[in-house]
Amino acid sequence: MLNVENLTIGYLSDRGQKNILADRVNFSIGQNQLTAIIGPNGAGKSTLLNTLAGQLSPLDGSISLLGHSFKNLTPSQRAKLLAIVLTKKEYSDHLSVREFVELGRFPYTNWLGKINAADQQIITRAIKATQLDSLMDQKCGMLSDGQRQRVSIARALAQDTAFILLDEPTTHLDLAHKAQTVMLLKNLSKQHNKGVIFSTHDISMALKMADNIICVTPGHVITGTPDQLTDSGVIAELFDSNVVQFDPSSRQFSILD
Amino acid sequence: MNAKTYLKSKLLWPLILLPLAFLVNLSLGSVYIPFGSILSGLFTDYPLEESWLFIVNDYRIPKATTAILVGGGLSVSGLLMQTLFRNPLAGPFVLGISSGASLGVAFLVLGSGLITGLSASVLTGPWAMVLASAGGSFLVLLAVVGAANKIKDPMTLLIIGLMFGSLTGAVVSVLSYFSRAEALQRFIFWSFGGLGHLSWTGILILLFCCLLGLILAIRGIKVMNAMLLGPGYAASLGVSVKQSTLLIVLSTSVLAGGITAFAGPIAFVGLAVPHLVRQIIRTPDHRIMVPASFLWGSIIMLLCDAVSQIPFSALTLPINAVTSILGAPVVIWILIKKKNLMF
Repeated sequence: MLNVENLTIGYLSDRGQKNILADRVNFSIGQNQLTAIIGPNGAGKSTLLNTLAGQLSPLDGSISLLGHSFKNLTPSQRAKLLAIVLTKKEYSDHLSVREFVELGRFPYTNWLGKINAADQQIITRAIKATQLDSLMDQKCGMLSDGQRQRVSIARALAQDTAFILLDEPTTHLDLAHKAQTVMLLKNLSKQHNKGVIFSTHDISMALKMADNIICVTPGHVITGTPDQLTDSGVIAELFDSNVVQFDPSSRQFSILD
Repeated sequence: MNAKTYLKSKLLWPLILLPLAFLVNLSLGSVYIPFGSILSGLFTDYPLEESWLFIVNDYRIPKATTAILVGGGLSVSGLLMQTLFRNPLAGPFVLGISSGASLGVAFLVLGSGLITGLSASVLTGPWAMVLASAGGSFLVLLAVVGAANKIKDPMTLLIIGLMFGSLTGAVVSVLSYFSRAEALQRFIFWSFGGLGHLSWTGILILLFCCLLGLILAIRGIKVMNAMLLGPGYAASLGVSVKQSTLLIVLSTSVLAGGITAFAGPIAFVGLAVPHLVRQIIRTPDHRIMVPASFLWGSIIMLLCDAVSQIPFSALTLPINAVTSILGAPVVIWILIKKKNLMF
């Protein structure tokens, strides 16, 4: 379980002023579930995700992972419970796919990072789940966007954590690759028993595929199943209705003329 | 062949070439000594001519040993910088670290002349030189890292490094302006760089610096591999980015600072050698890159030194000029082949 209680998210400005994006955020997410974080630009999707990932401290409230309070976990303990997948490309193009995925074992390996047989087994499983067998010796710099996304997911799988957080894993991807990626994530949550949480701009896709939706609107965070959020009108109110309109029956947005 | 034996075989070549380069370096110099005589002098008791024995034992062997330590140490420090700043153009010289070391030495050599009452020999002994040089490079490196935390753009960072370089250069010229002629002369000779003037005590201190720096670098291998993923992933894997940065900065300043104290500011080796090694090894894995950079750096330094002796003539070029003449084209080649601009 990932439990969030009375969380206040936001960031401290340079002068130490609190910029609160949302407060009194409460939800809990089980393993085995695919959860999408949606919301308009600037409302705080990334801030919420970064806070859950431990890269940003919460302004108030608490997060706990499998019963361990976030505050009491050391970074390396946390690394065994939670993996992340980033969209920003900051890694060395010189890494091969094999090396990239192997680095997921970092929290478990010895001081030199030696991969033993048990590590190798987990890596092989991650490679299989993401269908990367044929790309193992490619350099990361030579991959397409879709392949790169799968490699990043494989690395997170190799980290062998209960939860995986993904920052907009479907941006830069075409429709087919988007669907493929989200289906892969769904598959991971069900067959590998992982709590998968991803942020996305593609609300229709999220409504169709996710078990839970975390909807981040300015000032509020609302959580529920896709049905609940559609029926209560939360989704329809996400955007200015003079610009785009939501059709609850097809769960699609359309642009008004 | 599996990947590991393949990579180990990549270390085999430099391990074979290093002793060869060492021998070549020993056999070349302003005095002609036949290669065969050097070999027999090294490995048998066959009596060597008295003057040859002196030249080889008291000049060429210390110089070659210094070349190994200097070349290897600078290359490793360049590799660490490129990983830390995630920038292919980082290196001890470019980022102002060598300038920092120069500043430390300038304060010591030029400044000690200004302070009366203190024994000049204490202040300019080899340990004091090392401390001043490593201290100077550590401070400049910390300033650059501080700037790097605020500024994410790597090109800006390089410009900041260059600015630090000219800033320290300016302070050095102010110091020179006010210092005595003998002190100034000593400083200028130091700044030409050179491998050939070290006593065995000096070499032992240099060895100590290199070992310390290398131990710190080896301690950082795993963390540096995680840093190849970028700071976000590294942090998510449990790496304390601050601590690791400090570890790498310490290692680099001990290596580059210690070496600069003895050999003067030597350009381009730290920047160019890791790139050459990447062309040969094709993995960024520091478990291979650290030893390979050290070995290839040593080999290249031995050869540069051999070239600087201008074989069979009494002329000697400053080592700094030789490394620049060989190193600058490498950097230009990296810039032109931008596709390969990797760290």
